[in-house]
Amino acid sequence: MAKAFLSGNEAAAHGVRLSRPKVVSAYPITPQTTLVEKLADFKAAGEADFKYIMVESEHSAMAAALGVSMMGARVFTATSSQGLLYMCEMLHYVSGARHPIVMVDANRATAAPWNIYGDQRDAYAMRDSGWIMLFVESGQEALDTVIQAYRIAEDPSVMIPVMVNLDGFTLTHTYDLVDIPDQALVDRYLPPLHTTNKLDMKDPKTLCMTVGPDYHAEGRLLQQKAFDDAEKMIIQADREYAALTGRGYHGMLEEYRCEDAELALVATGSVSGTARVVVDMLRAQGRRVGLIKIRSFRPFPKAYFAGLGGRFKGVGVVDRSISFGYEGTLYTEVRAAMYGSPAKMQNYIVGLGGRDIPKEVVVQMYDELEKTVNGNSSGEMRFLGMRW
Amino acid sequence: MAVNLKTLTEEELFYGAKTCQGCGALMACRMVMKVVGPKSCVAIPACCMAATTTVYPQSAIFVNNVVTAFPGLAATIAGMAAGGEAMGWDDDTTYVAFGGDGGTVDIGIQGLSGAAERNDNILYVCYDNEAYMNTGVQRSGSTPEYCWTTTTPTGPCSKGEEGQLRKNLLEIMAAHRVPYAATASVAYPMDLLRKVEKAKAYKGCRVLHISAPCPTGWGYDPARSVEIGKMAVESGMWYLAEYEDDKLKLTYRPKALEPVEPYLKCQRRFRHLKPEDIQEIQSVRDQGWERLAALYEGVR
Repeated sequence: MAKAFLSGNEAAAHGVRLSRPKVVSAYPITPQTTLVEKLADFKAAGEADFKYIMVESEHSAMAAALGVSMMGARVFTATSSQGLLYMCEMLHYVSGARHPIVMVDANRATAAPWNIYGDQRDAYAMRDSGWIMLFVESGQEALDTVIQAYRIAEDPSVMIPVMVNLDGFTLTHTYDLVDIPDQALVDRYLPPLHTTNKLDMKDPKTLCMTVGPDYHAEGRLLQQKAFDDAEKMIIQADREYAALTGRGYHGMLEEYRCEDAELALVATGSVSGTARVVVDMLRAQGRRVGLIKIRSFRPFPKAYFAGLGGRFKGVGVVDRSISFGYEGTLYTEVRAAMYGSPAKMQNYIVGLGGRDIPKEVVVQMYDELEKTVNGNSSGEMRFLGMRW
Repeated sequence: MAVNLKTLTEEELFYGAKTCQGCGALMACRMVMKVVGPKSCVAIPACCMAATTTVYPQSAIFVNNVVTAFPGLAATIAGMAAGGEAMGWDDDTTYVAFGGDGGTVDIGIQGLSGAAERNDNILYVCYDNEAYMNTGVQRSGSTPEYCWTTTTPTGPCSKGEEGQLRKNLLEIMAAHRVPYAATASVAYPMDLLRKVEKAKAYKGCRVLHISAPCPTGWGYDPARSVEIGKMAVESGMWYLAEYEDDKLKLTYRPKALEPVEPYLKCQRRFRHLKPEDIQEIQSVRDQGWERLAALYEGVR
């Protein structure tokens, strides 16, 4: 185990290196670029021996990754924002053909207006692409989650690609002290990819076939069932990782100081870190507040939210995204899963296009939620910290 | 050993497809695979060839093969080649892509350009039936002048496709300085087979652009595919050439170019042409051949 002062992207790149992909296909886009640059550095320094395909677009990055995976080789790629949208078509090909590719998405706003800074509208636009979607809170979690992602994706019961989401700039470009596990430890945790879903010269086959109405729905049923198994695997992979490294992330989601909480905020990604600090601050003032950090957005921790019942008086959902004409994307998911719960709910749209989410705004969320619980709701969905 | 009809294998690796009768594209794929052989992996995008060969639970392709997205063919096969190399597959494995003209010169050109520039170890085959046939005959960047398609219908205000020039894939690939590229026609099997054999022997990005008449889209009796393919070449509406050692050269030179009219008039897609339209097509052809004479060896 070595410690290093790394950006989130560099930390994620170490996670990739330690996962020993056979091939990396890469195309630059802010704020993901420093990740693939770091991978190129590893290769140049002789610290990694993957084949590096520098494709001419994100669509090709994912198409090439699909081709690599069809040969039974472990593969990695990374993207962000417009790049993710551009490769959207291939995401569906990869998941439908059940190839366990791991990708990092540096979460960033989607144009127009052109904006290179962080929010999560890019990832949520891919909600139905059939990928497992994990969100991380720190560079350390990015490194660890990339390694876990291969374990999850490649499990024979799962065989679903994984998108590891890392908030643009807030995480990708923020430096922190990160533990880098030893290769031998990671090798124990993550064996080489063994799959039957690959081409084979001794037993030629067709992959990713055209499937008509007679069988198509059955394939979708298998995908849905695999997501059920993925939920178990996300928990198991995290637990086993924790046993080996001493670091775990509570599987699908984490409750922070929720035991006797009356008000809970639900968040993903880097804002969870700010919310922890605010929870500690408000707890010190005697307020009964907690945080629910969602780590896995797909599969969604439906059973957890469905089981909350009246445990909290108020549940607020922090969204760095909005589905225009409705509400925050994450809010819709949480609210639907909590159907029937007597808890009052509110949705906060914040952090769009890289807008900072300071502690004061998170305090305001708890204040607004408390008002809602007391019958003085300022509205179910609120944009906070706005000029107008 | 040079390929010839005596030594050509009886083995069919691309057989039993549900194509239309007389499908030139199928002839192209079948002939290519006879030379490429079983030690190969094939990728096909969403197109006629995927729709007619690999609909679960049947397959008409007898080697490893995959379907990929319409714009993703070149990158997918490049990924397969990289993955095969990384997994220690034998060096003499051929990674073959079969895409149509739309999937190649239009929606797939960026990916192919990337693969060509990187010189990925692939054999990319474009079967050219001169329109989007799988979706029902819409014009592509390879549709000839004044051709009827469903998106270039003819009428009082339209003579069909307006563009005089089609994209020239061979020259686009030559501009990338790939190790080997060629045009071919299913109507000239020996020329085609020889080019596949040459291409197979090279490493890197090899590209074949094969004229593949389409009875359904072009509008002629399916029995006449080879005959019409020949008429295209003999009238100079298609030419057989190759790019090798940074030189472009003709591999077959008609003794004298036939008039274009018989070739055009035997196809429904050109039946609306007036004499002056045919004259224009012929003069564009003549200019094209003047240009070939300046750029290609073996024209004169």
